[in-house]
Amino acid sequence: MSTPLEQIWVYLSASPLAALTVTLVAYQAGFALYRRSGYHPLVNPVLIAVAIIAGLLVGGGIDYSVYFDGAQFVHFLLGPATVALAIPLYRQIERVRRSAMAIAVSLVAGSAFAAVSAVGIAGFLGASDATLASLAPKSATAPVAMGIATSLGGLPSLTAVLVILTGILGAALGPLVLDLVRVRDWRARGFAIGVAAHGIGTSRALLVNETAGAFSGLAMGLNAIATALLVPFLWRLFF
Amino acid sequence: MLGALTFILCCQLAGELLVEASGLPVPGPVVGMVLLFAWLMLRKREDKELAATADALLRNLALLFVPAGVGVVLHLGLLGREGVAISAALIVSTLATVAVTALVMQWTLRGEGGGKGETGASADGEGGR
Repeated sequence: MSTPLEQIWVYLSASPLAALTVTLVAYQAGFALYRRSGYHPLVNPVLIAVAIIAGLLVGGGIDYSVYFDGAQFVHFLLGPATVALAIPLYRQIERVRRSAMAIAVSLVAGSAFAAVSAVGIAGFLGASDATLASLAPKSATAPVAMGIATSLGGLPSLTAVLVILTGILGAALGPLVLDLVRVRDWRARGFAIGVAAHGIGTSRALLVNETAGAFSGLAMGLNAIATALLVPFLWRLFF
Repeated sequence: MLGALTFILCCQLAGELLVEASGLPVPGPVVGMVLLFAWLMLRKREDKELAATADALLRNLALLFVPAGVGVVLHLGLLGREGVAISAALIVSTLATVAVTALVMQWTLRGEGGGKGETGASADGEGGR
């Protein structure tokens, strides 16, 4: 005879309700902390939510597949959200036209450099092929990066976490690097943060300067496309 | 809302089908994004309902990574074994990418000559001058 608690658990694990609720509650707890910290880039709501839920799964001895069965309804929306990125990109079209050459050159340079340097360093330090494939698209926005990593034989869940960590690093330390290399133009500052640190960098850039924010958002959208085209090509070249 | 969401899903489906048919090594939703972008360029204006739906999806974009991110519990062993290589690659590559992209952009903007950008002083108040 199972105890009432076990019966409740059997009921909950059979429906997506529990996993969905936990996902939303954990994310909102993370967001509340993020807001309280004054939107500090190191207090990232996704990272907090992932830590809370991962802790629950490991602590409770619950299989990830049981959680994902329910949470896949949230996960599914990544696809439509990726398609929707076309709209902020379209809003920036005038800026693209004005500095088309500079944007194209810096986009290709930054996008290729991000992938080659990450794979080069990790490969030199002995990382496995699956890790390298998960690292290669790290500077693209998460839904795009996960799709690319999957097609290269990487682990999409590892990629999701690596992409988030990349965004946090770029948003927190990117401005210091920009001061160090003495780049003062807001367009270049924003664009560099957007290429290297996607949406997390962009939300940071928007807080600092409007022009930097617009160029960062533009860079994030363009780098999603550039990474999707460049990284599989570079991967085949080297492997 | 419903019409716009249907349209977005249609773009995604068309993208997935194109990838499947052509063998392009690009995720289907990215092709869907390019299709939607091309459609917007052709119409030359953004549809109000479509914009509102896209903004609603993108406002909570970060939430959508959570279920996949939790999958990291499957790779804790790998993270332990390759933690040094992964951390070094993330830190060095990300910061160097910021520097390289910014320097290339500053250089090419200067080359274009026209349109002086708004230049800030040392930005963010986070670094020294």
